[in-house]
Amino acid sequence: MTTNILLCGVGGQGTLLASNLLAECAMEAGFDVKKSEIHGMAQRGGSVVSHVRFGERICSPIIRKGECDILLAFEELEALRWTEFLKPGGLVISNAQNILPMSVSAGNSKYPTGITEKLASCSADVISVDAIGKARELGNQKCVNVVLLGVLARRIKEIKPEIWPEMIKKMVPERLQELNLKAFKTGWNLA
Amino acid sequence: MKQSSNRAFLSGNAAIARGAWEAGVRFAAAYPGTPSTEILEYCGTYTEIDAQWSVNEKTAMETVIGACYGGARSLCAQKHVGLNVAADPFFTVGYTGVNAGLVIVTADDPGMHSSQNEQDNRYYAMMAKVPMFEPSNSQEAKDMTKAAIKMSEQYDTPVMLRTTTRISHSESIVNLGERETAPDREFVRDMGKYCVLPHNARVLHIKVEERLKKIAEFGNNCEFNRIESGDNSIGIISSGVSYSHAREIFPNASYLKLGLTFPLPTELIKKFAETVETLIVIEENEPFIETAVRVLGIKCIGKDRLPVCGELNPDIIHKSLKDLVEETMPELTKMPDVDIPVRPPVLCPGCPHRGIFFMLRKHDCTVTGDIGCYSLGAFAPHNAMHTIVCMGASITNSLGLEKAMKEKIHGKLVAILGESTFMHSGITGLIDTVYNKGRHVTIILDNSITAMTGHQQNPASGSTLKGQPAKVLDFEAMCHACGVTNVHTVDPFDLKAVESTLKEALNDSEPSVIIARRPCFLLKSYKPKVQLVSINRNKCVKCGICWKLGCPAIEVNQQDGKTQINPTLCVHCGLCAAVCRPGAITQAKEEA
Repeated sequence: MTTNILLCGVGGQGTLLASNLLAECAMEAGFDVKKSEIHGMAQRGGSVVSHVRFGERICSPIIRKGECDILLAFEELEALRWTEFLKPGGLVISNAQNILPMSVSAGNSKYPTGITEKLASCSADVISVDAIGKARELGNQKCVNVVLLGVLARRIKEIKPEIWPEMIKKMVPERLQELNLKAFKTGWNLA
Repeated sequence: MKQSSNRAFLSGNAAIARGAWEAGVRFAAAYPGTPSTEILEYCGTYTEIDAQWSVNEKTAMETVIGACYGGARSLCAQKHVGLNVAADPFFTVGYTGVNAGLVIVTADDPGMHSSQNEQDNRYYAMMAKVPMFEPSNSQEAKDMTKAAIKMSEQYDTPVMLRTTTRISHSESIVNLGERETAPDREFVRDMGKYCVLPHNARVLHIKVEERLKKIAEFGNNCEFNRIESGDNSIGIISSGVSYSHAREIFPNASYLKLGLTFPLPTELIKKFAETVETLIVIEENEPFIETAVRVLGIKCIGKDRLPVCGELNPDIIHKSLKDLVEETMPELTKMPDVDIPVRPPVLCPGCPHRGIFFMLRKHDCTVTGDIGCYSLGAFAPHNAMHTIVCMGASITNSLGLEKAMKEKIHGKLVAILGESTFMHSGITGLIDTVYNKGRHVTIILDNSITAMTGHQQNPASGSTLKGQPAKVLDFEAMCHACGVTNVHTVDPFDLKAVESTLKEALNDSEPSVIIARRPCFLLKSYKPKVQLVSINRNKCVKCGICWKLGCPAIEVNQQDGKTQINPTLCVHCGLCAAVCRPGAITQAKEEA
């Protein structure tokens, strides 16, 4: 069995750290893991995506369209954009945050409304969470990525719950550990 | 480096650096370029590797050639187009061979995620007659880097390691090893080997041909080229990431998995082809392997079915070869009927380049551009870049436009490039412009760092890759020395100064340079004092001038159509306040 998780968002939201943590946890749980993402141009506030795949043996680092088990979206429009990778009935975890692309902020196009309903209508199982609000309550909106990771972690039965905080301790600099452990727990209990 | 016990989850680039370290590499050099950049950054994390950012790929290549002549196992890395810049020394070191091992990494970018073309650098190996490895995952990236150093010393040849974006930037599990101790070697004067004068080069060329034959023999019997037997009704020849994709679609087929792809193992290919019914060559971009297979008189499926343009992925392979695949295509989620606005990259809030593009557009300049973050100046709403060719081309492209159009373009023409690109290959163009009597304006955007690739130090930064202090290049003196009389320096946040300087320079009958100097806003060491920007939305008349700045923090309110400032994105650079005509956006006088 292979588990395919796609993490998407906007450059600067911290999707890369979240996908690193996820991949390390899967490796710690004994799986073969591959991860793929694009650096460079995409960092400048563009749309970013990480493919994470784990299972007994992983060949391609890229998830096929229609084979993504869980889509973890850091931003609603990006959730919509990457849903075409989701398998029918797959799970979308979406941060209820809207970041306007330049075409919208300049008034040239409209940001779609009712994205959660739209996603639900296309046979997806949708969990929408206010991770950015929770991160702000924790005093640092940058930990939104780990709040979302907490929401995701609870739905990945293949990785034991105790592995996650262990790997956060291992991979996050000491001065940020407490914040990130709290953020993870907040996410775990959020939905 | 993330690692647990003797295993680590590494990107291809991190694995190459690890392989270099394990192989006893002592020296590494590169100019940054996606997707190769992190190789040198990771090399720099090992105390035993002296790693440096060079000013361009050619100087990097020449330096590692010197280092390997001098007895240090060495590595240089570049993106595919970087090898164009370094091609001259690359071809020559193919002739001279090495002293200590030399591995030359080329990171190609099929799909052009961050490049101007998708040239297939496997042909460079063929043209320079340099052997080449192609890894399929991070473990192989490490193993082949070590094998390359070994082969380099054994056959007295530089060795190429060719990755692609999906190898360099994908991560997978790698078994780690210890560092080898390299034997002591010194530079021994040998005119016949190291001086490629024609009569020596003629001898060296014969050696190169002999060497290639020996390596071809090795390729027919090495661990990196292997037959993986399966159902013989379909046989697949593949290499690199294409092999990993193919495995997803044809899990039961027989494979000839190639890791040493130049020189190609013709005996092994013939043997494999005889055992299978339908032969498919699956490779990205050019038919490099396929052509060799066809030259052997072997029938195969290849680029007649698979695309030449763009990256491959399992979906594309499946679609192209549908009739040969047992499984059907995966069922897709039904997408809602809604227009999804695109989200291209943008100049960051506080970017010092923004105001320059605003002024270039305002004065309707024709702008020859270059490669860097500022290439984004070509997009709306800036629309202030009209050519982009390659690193350093901006200045000489302008000179050429002047030669063709003369007075029709005088007073309107601007070449624009970053300080790193100027040092990379813009300086020669500036000398050329002065010498050949151009009169366009050159703007050097000096943000003190190579920003696009993720902040690599350069001679404008004041420090090296290893974090050592370094001299800062005097750009004004450099431009004067090139022969430019009128060299202006401006703060790009001071729009009035930018505008008056630009006007003066455009009217100049001699070539002039404007150095727009302010550090990249994302630099961790850069903590500018800020004066708070605020908006009185009652005064906003929706004139739209602030929208032309293309700042992510400036938004059009979806209800009333007036400007609003996104407080989480705004960094209070003040550009919007400087351009706001009705005075709705203002900047405080005191520092906050």
